[in-house]
Amino acid sequence: MDACHCIEPQWPADELLMKYQYISDFFIALAYFSIPLELVYFVKKSAVFPYRWVLVQFGSFIVLCGATHLISLWTFTMHSRTVAVVMTTAKILTAVVSCATALMLVHIIPDLLSVKKRELYLKKKAAQLDREMGLIRTQEETGRYVRMLTHEIRSTLDRHTILKTTLIELGRTLALEECALWMPTHTGLELQLSYTLRHQYPMGFIVPIQLPVINQVFSSNRAVKISSSSPVARLRPAGKYTTGEVVAVRVPLLHLSNFQINDWPELMTKRYALMVLVLPSDSARQWHVHELELVEVVADQVAVALSHAAILEESMRARDLLMEQNVALDLARREAETAVRAHNDFLAVMNHEMRTPVHAIIALSSLLQETKLTPEQRLMVETILRSSSLLATLINDVLDLSRLKDGSFKLDIRTLSLHVLFWEALNLIRPIASVKKLFVTLSFSSDMPEHAIGDEKRLMQVLLNIVGNAVKFTRVGSISISASVAKSESLRDPRAPGFFPVPSDNHFYLHVQVKDTGSGINPQEIPNLFTKFAQSQSSGTKNSSGSGLGLAISKRFVNLMEGHIWIESEGLGKGSTAIFVVKLGIPGRSHESILPFVPKVPENRVPTKFLGLKVVLMDENGVGRMVTKGILMHLGCEVLTVSSGDECLRVLIHEHKVVFLDVSLPSIDSYELSVRIHEKFSQHFSRPFIVALMGNRDKLMTENCLRAGMDGVVPKPVSVEKMRSALSELLEHGLLLDS
Amino acid sequence: MEIVGQLQKQYVDFINSLFREGYLDDQYVQLQKLQDDSNPEFVVEVVSIFFEDSEKLLNDLASSIQQQVVDFKKVDGYVHQFKGSSSSVGAQRVKNACVAFRNFCEEKNLDGCSRFLNLVKQEFYLVKNKLETLLRLEQQILQAGGTVPLIE
Repeated sequence: MDACHCIEPQWPADELLMKYQYISDFFIALAYFSIPLELVYFVKKSAVFPYRWVLVQFGSFIVLCGATHLISLWTFTMHSRTVAVVMTTAKILTAVVSCATALMLVHIIPDLLSVKKRELYLKKKAAQLDREMGLIRTQEETGRYVRMLTHEIRSTLDRHTILKTTLIELGRTLALEECALWMPTHTGLELQLSYTLRHQYPMGFIVPIQLPVINQVFSSNRAVKISSSSPVARLRPAGKYTTGEVVAVRVPLLHLSNFQINDWPELMTKRYALMVLVLPSDSARQWHVHELELVEVVADQVAVALSHAAILEESMRARDLLMEQNVALDLARREAETAVRAHNDFLAVMNHEMRTPVHAIIALSSLLQETKLTPEQRLMVETILRSSSLLATLINDVLDLSRLKDGSFKLDIRTLSLHVLFWEALNLIRPIASVKKLFVTLSFSSDMPEHAIGDEKRLMQVLLNIVGNAVKFTRVGSISISASVAKSESLRDPRAPGFFPVPSDNHFYLHVQVKDTGSGINPQEIPNLFTKFAQSQSSGTKNSSGSGLGLAISKRFVNLMEGHIWIESEGLGKGSTAIFVVKLGIPGRSHESILPFVPKVPENRVPTKFLGLKVVLMDENGVGRMVTKGILMHLGCEVLTVSSGDECLRVLIHEHKVVFLDVSLPSIDSYELSVRIHEKFSQHFSRPFIVALMGNRDKLMTENCLRAGMDGVVPKPVSVEKMRSALSELLEHGLLLDS
Repeated sequence: MEIVGQLQKQYVDFINSLFREGYLDDQYVQLQKLQDDSNPEFVVEVVSIFFEDSEKLLNDLASSIQQQVVDFKKVDGYVHQFKGSSSSVGAQRVKNACVAFRNFCEEKNLDGCSRFLNLVKQEFYLVKNKLETLLRLEQQILQAGGTVPLIE
């Protein structure tokens, strides 16, 4: 059926034109309607789109335009007024909107343009950041290589390994063709090729150190590119004509003394080694900055690692030296100890062996003197007696001196009477002095005390030695002995500036001066006087029989008494004066510092503290037994006597407080007995004291007794006093010390 | 009382001479100290025992030296005993002789030993004589009513 073509327009002549217009308008409208739709669709898709408002405007503008065009489709034919009105409204709206849009665009387009600009800028920035990222990554990788390299280098303390590892790692990291190290020689004037990467055994090329290229490298702490034709870079044997780029860097060789805290090593080092790195020749690689930095860092690390290695070497060497010295010292010490022990053993033996025959000689000679002799024989016997007495004295002196020297000597401190001491000494020399017709005078100062505390025997020995010398060396004239209490001023000897005696409440210093008018002494000889065995050359006289030891021993005794001794003389023939000062205790004050065995005031006849004390006495010898028993009973003890070791053990009960064993008998082993007594009483909480009665004073025997568990030693033959003080000592302190 | 005084003087002189001549030493004084009221005969007892022991020892010594093969150790033991008892009593010369005797024993010198045995015997009889005299004097003093003077 035909459609209603009532609105079919009249096709004027240019109805083709009309038709085309019609079609175009239609398509335009279509497009105009679809564009906003597309816009909306795509904008909806993308979340980021500013200017929605503009979009709306634009959209509406387009829509209205489209509407206009669409409506104009109807205006080609006759149309009613409504259509015209609609058309007009649409047109008006379109006009409004398009104007508005046009106005809007004026604002918007610059913005849009700048957006584009920003976009470009951001893209550039992104590209730059990408580049930088790449750079950082390379640097980080480099850093990692360096750390790993450093770790490798520092993980060893051997210098060669350090250097070899450096070269190997560098070669690997940087993919080098060749890497070499030139070390300065001992003279410091040349560089020697010491290590290379590719060759195990470098050729040992030597290059003088003063080359300009080397100076250039050494003067800067950066890695420097050098020419591949310079002598240091010619590392391969001739044949390769082109090599890659070469870089050299200095490696400071630090000395130990350079590690100051505030100084940088650059200021101090003088020696450098040269490290040369060659890139592979067949690649077109160039040295990059980060690679150069890597090389510099490695060079520094190598320097540090080398110094550590050097320090270690040094300390190892020092340690080895010390160990050697230690071993040597130990050996020397052991040798010295052996020598000392041998010396002591020798002395101990000689002590007994020498004294026994000498005493026998003396005893026999004195016995001989009592028999009937012809005058000649008597003379001979007297000579023998004198000589042997002298010999005995000499032996005693030598042994004394040895004991003094090894420090085992102890003074025997007691109360002594000074007046008696001096008078006895005087009496001893008076006969000889009167024979020689010498005057001897003795004077005491008024403030000298009657009694003092000191070693009487040794003090007498010193006094006799001095006075004896005075008498010996004086042919005619007088000898004066004067004793006084020393005042501070008079105690100084110009030759002994270190001697500063300080008197105190408990002590005083005794000053003794012996002046003679004898042959005098050459002042130059005076220092030698106290040296043992040194005899003065100018003594000359045949009867100067000084053993040479007397003064040495006297000096030692005086020193032990915390004093000083010296001799003054104005020269030969002008007499001499011997002076000694010794420290003595003042009796009546407290004396805790003195040896504990100070004899106590004798008690009355029946000491009550020993009354009823039960003791056991073992002595094989009948007489000795009886005497000792008598002494003990006299002191109030209840004594049970036995004559054998077994009997002793049988009879001993815990009520017995002391057991006396005679140890001079060879048949009974007293040491074993002592041990068995210990055993017997090991279960009880107390055991009796064990005391040895010893015939000959024998240090070795005493030690053995003490070691066998005995508590003390009392010498035989026993005296009442000795026994009394021994018992007091024992009961009070539980130990009997040598007296 | 004059007798007492005289006797005492005699005693003092005699004992001093004994000390001077070396027959007795300080140990004898110790023995005298031990003699008191509770023990009035101490010295006599000790001295008697000394005499008895010594006689026995001398006999033993003589027989052991006369053996075919002399055991010097045994001889030394006897001498050692003798030395001990004589020193306990204060018989100084006997003790000295024993000291010398022991040396010969150590050297195993038979000749010396036998000679010294004689010497020791001699000394012993000498000191025995002296002591007996001394003790007799003491008795006389006591019987006369006096006290024995103590020598320090």
